[in-house]
Amino acid sequence: MKLAITVAFLCMATLLSTGSSYVAAGDLDRFSGQKGTIRIAGGTAHIPVMKEAAKRIMSMNPDIKITVAGGGSGVGVKQVGEGLVDIGNTGRKATDDEIRRYGLNMFEFAIDGIAVVVNPKNPVAKLKRQQTADIFSGKVTNWKELGWKDRGINVYTRDASSGTRKVFWKKALNKGKITNTANFVKSNGAMKSAISVDPYGIGYISVGHLDPTVRSVAIDGVPPTLENVRKGNYKIARGLYMNTGGVPAKLTKLFIEYILSKEGQGIVIEKGFIAVK
Amino acid sequence: MKPLVEKYLEKGFFLSTVLSASITIFILLFMVVFSLPLFKGGHIVHLLRLGWDPYHGSFGILPMVVGTGVIASIALLIATPFGIGCSALISIFPQGNFGKFLRKVVEFMTGAPTVIYGFVAIFLLVPFVREIFEKGTGMCVLSASMMLALLILPTIVLFLSDAFNSVPKGYLDAADALGATPAQKLIYIVIPSAWSGIISGMVLAAGRAVGDTLISLMIAGNALQIPGGLSDSARTLTAHIALIIASDYESPEFKSIFVCGLILFAFTALIVSVLRLLGHFETLRDR
Repeated sequence: MKLAITVAFLCMATLLSTGSSYVAAGDLDRFSGQKGTIRIAGGTAHIPVMKEAAKRIMSMNPDIKITVAGGGSGVGVKQVGEGLVDIGNTGRKATDDEIRRYGLNMFEFAIDGIAVVVNPKNPVAKLKRQQTADIFSGKVTNWKELGWKDRGINVYTRDASSGTRKVFWKKALNKGKITNTANFVKSNGAMKSAISVDPYGIGYISVGHLDPTVRSVAIDGVPPTLENVRKGNYKIARGLYMNTGGVPAKLTKLFIEYILSKEGQGIVIEKGFIAVK
Repeated sequence: MKPLVEKYLEKGFFLSTVLSASITIFILLFMVVFSLPLFKGGHIVHLLRLGWDPYHGSFGILPMVVGTGVIASIALLIATPFGIGCSALISIFPQGNFGKFLRKVVEFMTGAPTVIYGFVAIFLLVPFVREIFEKGTGMCVLSASMMLALLILPTIVLFLSDAFNSVPKGYLDAADALGATPAQKLIYIVIPSAWSGIISGMVLAAGRAVGDTLISLMIAGNALQIPGGLSDSARTLTAHIALIIASDYESPEFKSIFVCGLILFAFTALIVSVLRLLGHFETLRDR
């Protein structure tokens, strides 16, 4: 009797904790009876969406295991190309060379802006595009030149594997130079924590990663809001892609379908990106 | 005639020695072979001279070589005196049970994961250093060296306290009889007779300092410049490899990391030989 009560209680608790959206999980139905592993790696902007989707799928289907790792877009392409993972995420389009060499299939699932961010203590709220380029190239090196106090500007950038870096470099800096004194960090998350503790820092992160620990800067008078990215007013934007090597396997295909389904796109919006469907 | 068991044991031990030694040599060969194209193409001069700017086709690793050298040496410079002090407290002047307790703490420190050190430093040390210098990010040579010093301190302390323990008790008694103060005992008796132990500790510590990736990756700032001062950001060879390894296999960036590995190897070998030489001379003079 006691056992029965405990079991009933546990069932209730599970139902409650998984939330009401799972009960009516039409889009999750496709996974019923499936088992296996999906390995995901690559772009770090994608991680919140991937983790949430993985959590929902795995809590409904204990036989499915999904692992989500970062590494950057370059890692995503390389690992999926070599069959180390099932899905390699990129925050940029795969290059023609990469598609040819690995036979990649691209699936765009969200649109994302890249915001210039500073510490919340920093009063500089807007920059011209040229000013941004000058800061990152090391031509402007003091916050005084931008109307704040006499302290050096600490530029943060991402490592070579970063898709965020590639898009930012192309669309915000016009492929301009990034100063040699710039500090390098390894993910969108690491960029956020670096800027949140450095009052004099400036960097760039995916709009989906914006939160109150950092403050975004308006470029040419346009703040990097979702609204502005969707309408195309904010120009520093890119698609987020999932890539598979050749035709995806059954479970991987189901996962991609799920991300592109109504519920999956709901996660995309919930995590601060723009849905593609 | 040796018993059969002993014969086989001997062979077994010999084989495991050969195996572990040959793996090291194979890794070295592997890196030499893979960096050979760069040596042959005469790119090696460029590799050492120019800065790192992959978008403009220059793959110089000089800033990283300098960064590694500077950060590791400062770490060693900070850690050694502290190490000697701690070990003296543990082995030579034990204050009741405090020496034993200290040794336990140090043994515990050897197991601390470097990522924890890096993480803590980002939130506690880096903002502090930034405000001291009032310039730069605080992610700099000084921060990284200080954390690296903390990382290698246990290695030095454990080696040194063992070396100090092996100083003949008669020497210490004789010094006591002559009325030597504790400081005199340490400087004139303990350090000279434990010299080769000190060197071994420093060799191992230097190897760890040069080879550690995570601390420099997290708090040295990874900037692509030759550091001009303690407050400048720098990138070490290990951090560089970690940052570049993700790029395309076919790219020149990727190929250059084999040279980085090779230089790292040579670096460690150089440090070990210089320190060993130092230890050798000193013991000779003493005898």
